[in-house]
Amino acid sequence: MRYETDVVVIGAGGGGMAAALSAYKSGADVILIEREDETGGVLNQCIHNGFGLHYYKKDLTGPEFKETLQEELERTNVRVLKGTFVLDVSRDKRITFVNSNGIHEIKTKALVMTTGARERHFNSLGIPGDRVSGIFTAGVAQKYINLQNLKPANSALIVGSGDIGLIMARRLHLEGIEVKGVVEILPYPGGLERNVQQCLRDYDIPLYLSHSVTRVEGKNRLSKVYVSQLDGTGNIIPNSEKVFEVDALITSVGLIPSVKPVEFVKTGPGFITSNTNQTTEDWIFAAGNCTVIFDLVDYVAREGEKAGKYAALYAKNEYISQEKITIKKGKNINIIHPSYIDPNQATKLYIRVSRVFQKAEITIEPLGIKIIEEEARPSEMVEIQIKPFKDNLCKEIEVSAHELG
Amino acid sequence: MNLVEYKKKKIICTNCPLGCKINLVYADADEVEIIEAQGNRCKRGLEFAKQEITDPLRVVVTSVRVEDGEIPMASVRSDKPVPLRLMEEIMGVIRQTKVSAPVKRGDIIIENVLNTGANIISTRTVNKK
Repeated sequence: MRYETDVVVIGAGGGGMAAALSAYKSGADVILIEREDETGGVLNQCIHNGFGLHYYKKDLTGPEFKETLQEELERTNVRVLKGTFVLDVSRDKRITFVNSNGIHEIKTKALVMTTGARERHFNSLGIPGDRVSGIFTAGVAQKYINLQNLKPANSALIVGSGDIGLIMARRLHLEGIEVKGVVEILPYPGGLERNVQQCLRDYDIPLYLSHSVTRVEGKNRLSKVYVSQLDGTGNIIPNSEKVFEVDALITSVGLIPSVKPVEFVKTGPGFITSNTNQTTEDWIFAAGNCTVIFDLVDYVAREGEKAGKYAALYAKNEYISQEKITIKKGKNINIIHPSYIDPNQATKLYIRVSRVFQKAEITIEPLGIKIIEEEARPSEMVEIQIKPFKDNLCKEIEVSAHELG
Repeated sequence: MNLVEYKKKKIICTNCPLGCKINLVYADADEVEIIEAQGNRCKRGLEFAKQEITDPLRVVVTSVRVEDGEIPMASVRSDKPVPLRLMEEIMGVIRQTKVSAPVKRGDIIIENVLNTGANIISTRTVNKK
């Protein structure tokens, strides 16, 4: 069968569902494609609360956030293809997919990529030792425990203090698995401060900052993890070694945006987009963790909503891409999103600073925007709104941060 | 004159994702009194801080066994925060609970768990197999 539509959305997580909904509300015919048998993506297994505080002004768990979007989606004519995998996106706006009904093609006018991210794997850390079972990414352990009723460990050490690592420390602890600590290579935690409090301090789980796993050991199953302390330059401090006797090592060492199967747009490593979520290919829009890794699903859903809207407008020839202004990373800025802005449209800028600040002043020049952020840390995104503006001479905007006082 | 001990504590407000860092100075006597608070961006932060130094509250989130469901677990939560000191005990009660599919989001799984006034409710739908 051949399908025709205005907007195809690939990936039905929080971002994709929000994108499909908003494209529909903007008057487009929409097909939403999901490779799993269920929509929701990672929200299904994120059973903790803290979602939706911005987007719904309510404290929801992942599944509640997902079902809220899902119910809204069910009241629309959006066609949702579950258990469907996209094989190819071609430059002439054809999407080829496969599912239990065979291989089919969709001719579309616009595409929204909301393909999320994958977890970085232990094997990419280059840690020597035995290749044993018992080493899981946090997301896999989370799926086992929360959805499949499996117990992946009796005792565990967690490497990486990103939010998923912190959440899993609490989850394992509450399920009766002894968590011997969380090891973080950097001198500050990778996750949100609130998660350090309610996942680690609440249960006296130790956090080893400036520590690194140096070796894993075991026969078939993991039995020992060696950890050493690092000095200010990242070198191992002699005689600082600790040995943890655990049968599981849970890794939470970052997420990598998934951009497949679109291969002809600019990425780095996620899709490079404008404030209207447009990629370097006019008809392809992208939002959520396949662009940059966001702190909150609230941001992802809001970005998805925006991408869906502009994709629908593009499909109807109501949004024509304008000359864009480049946003440049200045001093002390690690991540900036988006990379370009269409100055006729509003912008929500997401920034990660590159180090810890007591009191950071973030400046956006030449727009003269100044924001003060107390205790700015790389792990907590700063968002800044920029109103539409007219300035024909402005070709580049630079964002920088510096310590105040 | 009774000597009242002034204590300092840094509290992370978990009311919302802003996660305000509140620096507190408080008197730890029979009745806890906040002397000074800095860093909270709203009034809820102050209430949170007071609760946090007296009897911290948390929402319980976990999952419960489902029989005859399309998946073996339904995620659950407490419909309001419960004392952190009861967390392990509440987890024990939930661990021994089993429900039968279908389960709808919002279904009460355990009423008034351990007399906390909070119900354990389902946070997702699990259809029958």
